[in-house]
Amino acid sequence: MNITSAQYCNNLNNVKTEIKATIDSITMSVPLDPANRHYAEIMRQVDAGELTIEEAN
Amino acid sequence: MALSTIKTASIANDAITTDKIVNDGNLGNRNVIINGAMQVAQRGTSSTVTTGSGPQTCDRFFVEAASSGTFNVTQSTTAPDGFANSFKFDCTSADASPDFLLFGYRIEGQDVQNLKKGKSGALSTTLSFYVRSSKTGTYQVNLRDIDNDRIIGVTYTISSANTWEYKTVTFIGDTSGILGNDNGNSLTIEWWLAAGSTYNSGAVPTAWEAKASGDRAAGLNVAIGASTSDEFLITGVQLEVGDVATPFEHRSVGDELDKCQRYFQKSNPGRIIKGLNATNGAYYYLTVLFKRDMRTAPTVTFSNNAASGFNTLDPSMNQLHPNLFEVYKQSNGNANGGYYLFQYEADAEL
Repeated sequence: MNITSAQYCNNLNNVKTEIKATIDSITMSVPLDPANRHYAEIMRQVDAGELTIEEAN
Repeated sequence: MALSTIKTASIANDAITTDKIVNDGNLGNRNVIINGAMQVAQRGTSSTVTTGSGPQTCDRFFVEAASSGTFNVTQSTTAPDGFANSFKFDCTSADASPDFLLFGYRIEGQDVQNLKKGKSGALSTTLSFYVRSSKTGTYQVNLRDIDNDRIIGVTYTISSANTWEYKTVTFIGDTSGILGNDNGNSLTIEWWLAAGSTYNSGAVPTAWEAKASGDRAAGLNVAIGASTSDEFLITGVQLEVGDVATPFEHRSVGDELDKCQRYFQKSNPGRIIKGLNATNGAYYYLTVLFKRDMRTAPTVTFSNNAASGFNTLDPSMNQLHPNLFEVYKQSNGNANGGYYLFQYEADAEL
């Protein structure tokens, strides 16, 4: 899984709802759910210091 | 009494019970594997594999590869009698010194609690499948307990090149390591097709053991991908409780698709549409119910966006759950009969 970017996104209530990530060159909406394999891999890479999740705009 | 003299009429109605027909198994729904006949390929019927890990073409099955050549993997129509499809590896760029190539299937823990794994009465499981390869030799298939990092493996032999062969292997029960009763990946089947020294330097784990990398492909003596003429095809995959392989449990395409959509679904070829009279600056919401509840909240990918009264960037996510997602867009112009259309894919695969 080649993750080249990741950024939290908030809804209009300013609640984090997803990570907008570019994975294998495709933009994806990744839920904040540890059982989701993309989220799990994002967090694994964050923990390993290989990836940083940008805060929401 | 000779068995040939026993006729149906000779057997009393209550003489044979279900327990005498199947021991600890089921008469129906025996097969733990979804899409074992490779009938469903929602992601597409072909893709190219070089490196990485993930689902490819036929639903529920995955490929893991690294430095083992390049493969065109397809939902093939080459299949043994009684089947319409198979999963096919076709090497297009060879690597004579492979790192690893394996084909696999992941199972939720809550779906295999009946194996009694980790208990004193742990049950054996039997894996059966049809396989065809351009290379004869010894191959290895493993059952991995992901929750407890344990493994058991067996070898099987392909004796005739480019010929369908039916294989059955039995994994004894494991009295250690209880599987989580949840929606996570607890049990994984892995068919090894190529391996370097990291994975074949040990011994075949013929009894359950703590996973050792060198054991995972220790019995593999071929390398699919060492030549561009290499092919490997598989179908009719069945995993069932007990130490006997029963005939493949065929299910309808509709049943298989429904089961697959717990893990992946998409709106294609239709597009979800929100039609409205758009007012510049106003927000508009759309809730999409999934075709069935998914294993967990899925990753959603949008495509083929089109709009009037909105830009065509992906919509923003307001809610994302296993059963639905809700998106919103802000209009960027007044438009009577405005609209916003998109296709989506939702991926909750293990």
